[in-house]
Amino acid sequence: MKIQEVHQGRLHSPFYSRLSALDTLNQWHEWKGYSSADALYCEDMEYFAIRNATAVFDLTPMTKYRITGPDAPDYIDRLVTRDMGKIKPGRVAYAVWCDDRGQVIDDGTIFHLREGEYRLCSQERHMAWLQTAAIGFDVSIVLETADVAALAVQGPTSFTVLSKMGLDGLEDLKPFGLMNFDFDGADLMVSRTGFTGDLGYELWIEPGKAELLWDALFEAGKLYGIRAMGTHALELARIEAGYLAAYQDFLPADATVRAGRTRSPLELGLGWLVDFKKPNFNGRRALAEEKRRGSTWRLVKLDIEGNKAAHHSYIFAKEKGNKREIGFVTSAAWSPVCKQNIAIGTVRMPHGAVGSNVWVEIYYQREMHWSRAMARATVVDKPFWFPPRRSATPPGPY
Amino acid sequence: MKTYDAIVVGAGHNGLTTAAYLAKAGLDVVCVEKNDYIGGAAVSRNLYEDWMYSNCSYVCSLLRPEIYRSLELHKHGLQVTPYGGSVTFKEDGDYYGSYHDAEVAYREMARFSVHDADSYERYSADTMRQCRFIRDFLLRTPPDPTSFKPRDIRELIEIGGKFMEMGEDRMYETIRFWTMSVAEYLGEYFETDVIKAAMSGSGIIGTALGIHSPGTAYVLLHHYMGDVDGNVGTWGLARGGMGAVSNSIAGAFQAYGGELRTEAGVDKFIVRNGRATGVALENGEEIGGRIVVSAMDVKRTFLTCMDKSDLPEAFHKRVENFKIRGSSGKLNIALDGLPTFPALPEGSTLYHSDMHFIDSLERMERAYDDWKDGTWSRDPYIDMVIPTLMDPTMAPPGKHFMSCFIQYCPHKLEGRDWTDPEREEFARTVIDQIANYSPDFKELILHYEIRTPQDIEDQIGITEGNIFHGELTMDQLLFNRPVPGYAQYRAPVAGMYMCGSSVHPGGGVMAAPGANAAREILADLKRPNTVPENFGDD
Repeated sequence: MKIQEVHQGRLHSPFYSRLSALDTLNQWHEWKGYSSADALYCEDMEYFAIRNATAVFDLTPMTKYRITGPDAPDYIDRLVTRDMGKIKPGRVAYAVWCDDRGQVIDDGTIFHLREGEYRLCSQERHMAWLQTAAIGFDVSIVLETADVAALAVQGPTSFTVLSKMGLDGLEDLKPFGLMNFDFDGADLMVSRTGFTGDLGYELWIEPGKAELLWDALFEAGKLYGIRAMGTHALELARIEAGYLAAYQDFLPADATVRAGRTRSPLELGLGWLVDFKKPNFNGRRALAEEKRRGSTWRLVKLDIEGNKAAHHSYIFAKEKGNKREIGFVTSAAWSPVCKQNIAIGTVRMPHGAVGSNVWVEIYYQREMHWSRAMARATVVDKPFWFPPRRSATPPGPY
Repeated sequence: MKTYDAIVVGAGHNGLTTAAYLAKAGLDVVCVEKNDYIGGAAVSRNLYEDWMYSNCSYVCSLLRPEIYRSLELHKHGLQVTPYGGSVTFKEDGDYYGSYHDAEVAYREMARFSVHDADSYERYSADTMRQCRFIRDFLLRTPPDPTSFKPRDIRELIEIGGKFMEMGEDRMYETIRFWTMSVAEYLGEYFETDVIKAAMSGSGIIGTALGIHSPGTAYVLLHHYMGDVDGNVGTWGLARGGMGAVSNSIAGAFQAYGGELRTEAGVDKFIVRNGRATGVALENGEEIGGRIVVSAMDVKRTFLTCMDKSDLPEAFHKRVENFKIRGSSGKLNIALDGLPTFPALPEGSTLYHSDMHFIDSLERMERAYDDWKDGTWSRDPYIDMVIPTLMDPTMAPPGKHFMSCFIQYCPHKLEGRDWTDPEREEFARTVIDQIANYSPDFKELILHYEIRTPQDIEDQIGITEGNIFHGELTMDQLLFNRPVPGYAQYRAPVAGMYMCGSSVHPGGGVMAAPGANAAREILADLKRPNTVPENFGDD
């Protein structure tokens, strides 16, 4: 019997040869079994490439499923909370899916590749859940993480770079749209999506063409400030964009031990993704009940006074005299591009209405000694960073 | 004649900052500017085909993040991107690079001297201690030590407290630091000439003093105390050039309802019954204002645009004696491609850094000698940067904009005006010095703009083209800036204020003078304060 032995050690994405050639810091972490760079040469420069030029991120390790079959549209619509009927072929949707208690299992992007054919991308791995939810539907769900190489190409010159690479017609691609191009005889899918809140695209191609794609991209971007980036730069950009990260701003419901630690989409500020007009979707009844009775938690985006990042901070209702905290910060950063002290957090209802003030307890260290500051924070509803170029169609050259 | 709540004269970054905070407080504000463009010396100009020139100030670090944030400048198009390090080319073909990465920086220093590399930590801590002391006072009004007003006494106690907090030894060090020369200061830490030369440049930029002149150590601090996102000492580039700073502040000003008028140069400040009541424009038009604020330097404000009879004699005299000497020029160059510097390895990050071409303290001081002789330095200190390596918006792809700051360059040549051939010769001096280290540089030049101090004065209006609106020496700092007794942004005439770089905390694209002036004005008008407080480092 021939046993297909599992790979020992970390996996390498098809872009690894190119990434490691640019790497000078030797700072890597593991992402779903793959080696993924924290930073390659300078975290700051990589971050600023996103905001100033073009930064390229290898997102191959992202979990990807191909969902096809006669019932695929109905299945997808039943799976997630939003109305997927509105997402026509060639469009991409951000979506969450819930368990029967209306608690978020994960968020992700769903690409309507062709009529009735979808790709679902998520942080976590969900085959068991996807198959359970498929009972009664004639669909095929195939894990294709390793079969698709993917790059995020993000930043103000990203459109110019991709145009220089010969992607004619890209100027018509709107946010959350996708297009297919021929690349060296292979299908190159380009979606106008990303995790940075800036103008940007994601490129999807068969792994055999990955290095060729990378080389073509970097050749095209040579004069437009193209740089590779690692996860640290991306993490900062995503907080500025106000995007959520699994295991940080929420926990996947099916992998959480303690009661009360999961969140519903309503509690994550994702009510706009929940369409009660749909007759049925996982968690509908529980969410309708939550909507009627009110949520327990509320996700808040905070604009915090001062310049000390509020990592791991408790959130209070008042500056002084609090009996207990009302919540805590889940992601925090000093935003270089907004010059704002920003955070994402979770607070108990009814606290945290948009426009209201809360107080954040910040501990910070200066030359060994620790200090504590209570900083006033304002709850905001918009992403911290949302430049006009992000949604301009056609996009400008820079 | 319409009467505004406030007229701000000069739409440079400080004038706009004052105007923005006043408008934010609900005042009806007009900002008038003599040129047909705004920005003053924080400006991007399209002077050649598709090139944008940061043709005065060219890099950004001092701009207070508190102001950036409170005026939401990012929403008005401002983006500041840090760039790394510096390089000093040596005559013997070697170079000394300063890197963003601390360990690489250490190794490079150790290539010349392990002593110096190890000493850098102590140097850094000592300099940071001074930065920490001064940074807290940037967004504060200097106390008047003679007024005995409760507020001044409170502030003095605060300064005294911070001073005492340093400990006895450090207090001595601080007094020495504020009065010593940059060469002496560096000499206490480093033995390698090129390393000292590389670091000494910051002590003389914009200042009519040499590296051995007392007081230049502080000037070094002035260039060191800024930060980009908390990285003190880091410098950044404004995307789209330095005009992005002024344009974004103007955007905020207009969003608060302010009115901007260009081609509206002020001829005179109108004073009636001892009170400023408006301005008379060069075109004869008069604008009324309950208060008037000048963002121009103090000499231009009080000596050119006011009647002497409206001012106290002693004040007038002090302003006449205010040191605002032209000491630096600029050469802004459009390049057909990236010049190569054979001393650097291909792809070196130092291409993205500030470049210097003078490798010893001796040469630094000789450059100053030429200025004292009334001419430009034959072997000048050049601070050169190519922003288009980072910024995709300022030149066509593959083409570049090069900004050269040149010291020393006098306002007058041996006491008389510059002639065009002399301006060209000045440019040639700069180009030749760079070409010594970059053989293909000359043939890449498509266009250049020469800016002697006289040109800067003629175009921007700054007296003698002094980039700081007055030198940053102890006699002209804190409660002595611009002159003793008038450091709290109020002019000697009722209803008139100063908000330019001639007032505390001085020059550089910091916007702190503008913000501080706005705070004082709002207090006088009993309006709610819109000006933010210092974030504080601790």
